[in-house]
Amino acid sequence: MSNLRELVRYPAAVIGLLMISVLVGFAIYALATLPYDEAVRLWRGGEAIWYNTPKKAAPVWTNWFRKEDLPATITIDSADGSIVKTREQVSEDVTDIQFAYTFDYPYTTFPEDISIYFDTKYDEKPPHVSLTWLTPDGREIRIASMTAESSLVYRLDQDSKLERRLQLPDSIQSHEGLFMDPESEELVALPGVYTLQVSASVFEPESDVDAEVVIYGQVYGLAGTDHRRRDITVALLWGTPIALAFGLLAAIGTSVTTLVIAAIGTWYGGWVDALIQRITEVNLILPVLPILIMVGTFYSKSLWVILGVIILLGIFGGGIKTYRAIFLQVKESPYIEAAQAYGANDARIIFSYLLPRIIPTLVPNLVTLVPSFVFLEAALSVLGLGDPVMPTWGKVISDARVNGALYQGNYYWILQPSALLMLTGLAFSLVGFALDRIFNPRLRGR
Amino acid sequence: MNDAALDEVKAAPTKKPAAALSAVNRILRYSLVRIVMLFITVVIVIYLCVLVANMGGYVDEIRRGSIREEVSVAIFADQSPDIKGLTSAQKKELIEGRVALEVKRLGLDKPFIIRSFIFLKDAMTLNLGFAEQMVSDSGSKSVKLILLERLPPTLVLWGAANLLLFFLTLFIGLYLSRRYGSLLDRITLALAPTSSAPGWFYGLFLILIFAAVLKVLPFGGMVDAPPPESKLMYALSLGKHLILPVSAVIIANVFLGAYNQRTFFLIYSQEDYVEMAKAKGLTDREIERKYVLRPTLPTIITQFALTIITLWTGAPILETIFNWPGLGRALYRAIGLYDTPVIVGSQVIYAYLLAFTVFLLDFIYALVDPRVRVGAGGRKA
Repeated sequence: MSNLRELVRYPAAVIGLLMISVLVGFAIYALATLPYDEAVRLWRGGEAIWYNTPKKAAPVWTNWFRKEDLPATITIDSADGSIVKTREQVSEDVTDIQFAYTFDYPYTTFPEDISIYFDTKYDEKPPHVSLTWLTPDGREIRIASMTAESSLVYRLDQDSKLERRLQLPDSIQSHEGLFMDPESEELVALPGVYTLQVSASVFEPESDVDAEVVIYGQVYGLAGTDHRRRDITVALLWGTPIALAFGLLAAIGTSVTTLVIAAIGTWYGGWVDALIQRITEVNLILPVLPILIMVGTFYSKSLWVILGVIILLGIFGGGIKTYRAIFLQVKESPYIEAAQAYGANDARIIFSYLLPRIIPTLVPNLVTLVPSFVFLEAALSVLGLGDPVMPTWGKVISDARVNGALYQGNYYWILQPSALLMLTGLAFSLVGFALDRIFNPRLRGR
Repeated sequence: MNDAALDEVKAAPTKKPAAALSAVNRILRYSLVRIVMLFITVVIVIYLCVLVANMGGYVDEIRRGSIREEVSVAIFADQSPDIKGLTSAQKKELIEGRVALEVKRLGLDKPFIIRSFIFLKDAMTLNLGFAEQMVSDSGSKSVKLILLERLPPTLVLWGAANLLLFFLTLFIGLYLSRRYGSLLDRITLALAPTSSAPGWFYGLFLILIFAAVLKVLPFGGMVDAPPPESKLMYALSLGKHLILPVSAVIIANVFLGAYNQRTFFLIYSQEDYVEMAKAKGLTDREIERKYVLRPTLPTIITQFALTIITLWTGAPILETIFNWPGLGRALYRAIGLYDTPVIVGSQVIYAYLLAFTVFLLDFIYALVDPRVRVGAGGRKA
């Protein structure tokens, strides 16, 4: 305990501990607010989950550093009751349904895209829908008329008829044409209140039309979105407990097994020791990452399988040499002789007398080992061998890299998971360094 | 290291030529023992790789695939009238028959234990079979050619990075041990924890800053496309592409490395014989060279060997990040294409590379360690 109190005297260690507590808090928050199944569903659920989020949108906070704010996503659904529909029977068979989406668009920058998701009810004859766009300066633009089948998705930019009707140059997309300020020399959006009018003709008494309009923005949420419109927050949040658990388990797994093997080797000496030494030397030139790659490609990409293999490969790790040197000294101590004299058996001597003496070396080593495993997981993900189910930081970096985040300037995509990785790395190694100096006073002040 | 050993080092050059000869002898003997040891190690490592790879029968498939490839190439290339006149169905039958014969001849129908040793022999002799999809620059599907072609770029990158890293850590370490407690010393100490992140990670940032934002250095690759004609321009282009990956490796390792060296030098510069040299009035530079650096060199080399091994392990990922056309990048592409022969083949090459690195450093160790050179064996420092 006194050692822990001493830790507080090192400012670097205090910073490190603070960082670790932030990470642990983050992990607990993730576990508490977002159950695992929900996180996996949000991360791997498919289009139905993330259809109304923009693609490759930067985080909202990036607007603080911009002169002109980029628009957020505007979603209006006529089915949730916020919009008043008027129904008017025109003839025996035909009923007109009219409603309008009115929204304020305060930005001078353009949205990413506009999509309209229809949800129409009918038995045989689908309703006919026409869309009209009203701009703040009073222009009226006819967008399209179409037959709205039950789950029609109308994507504005893919409508070639609209493109022709708007008569825009090739460099300007249709949705930009709708928001464009015609008076301005430059290509800017006209801020103000826009209206999208829907007028539908239904041909059955029970028939109805609803639609969800999504005006995709260029910023989204706390962490932005990726190429599949997924909210990166999910991966950043859930990556934390996964990274911490993986790093800690791998560090503890490899250190403890290595320690026990070193103790057994030193205690029994002779051929046991020699064998362990030779195995360690073989293990040293074992290409660890390539072997993990092989396991990942041929057998399983599961994080827990990889963890198991890492621990297996780490049993005869380089640490054995260090531990052995210390055990050789401890083995000669009088108290070991005393233990033997009163008849303690080998197991008792190894586990109760030898092992505890190594803790001063073990603890700092263990703490400094944690980041290396966190980065190893990230490295595997970047190589395309990440866990297929779990959202991890490494997979976000991998997705970002493969989808050209660096070339296209989506820096947030790569920087956020990297910052978290860096935070983890620094936190554990700051504490590990301080612990090393406390437990091994020979180096203190050096 | 003790004073007696040191005296022997100093005495050694003044002895008769016979002594020098025996030193060479001893170094050779030491190296030979290490070669034998390392060879056994490589055999074990490759055998382990074979076991891991073949648990799902993958090596069997590779072998069968390459036999089929060889047999069909031979039959389709055969211009003799009896074979050329055959219909494609007859040719197919002929191929099947010959493949079955070859399978039997090579012992692929034998139990796994025996087969595993056959694979081991093939792997050791770099008989790695044929790639499923990847092709070498010269158009060959031989895994051996594909991988050996990728070896020079890997050696250029890692040779440059490791040498630079070694000398940088050494000199910064020495400099800091002289100015122990200075501002620079404390900055290095504070920056040492940044080495917990690996090179590829810093590589991402370097690409972001220098390639994406500032646009002064290339995103990756080894030379400009198309490669420059003249040798000088080629070298310049190579140098330009080397800057970022090499810097990434150095940033990731230099602070911790320099910090460790400096601590080490500090401990050693408090030895009695250093005090003695100071009392004699030798200059700082001389003390450093003869009394601090010289006796610590073997240990420094051993430490560095461990660093290099760790760096080798990280090679596939750094090369992938920088699109460096080396072994690691080939491995990454093989994973993407699910090209199993190349994946297994690169294990073998990596095992050899690691063993060779260890041997090279062992040899240098033997050259600089007086205990090996003057044969003060048996005495532990």
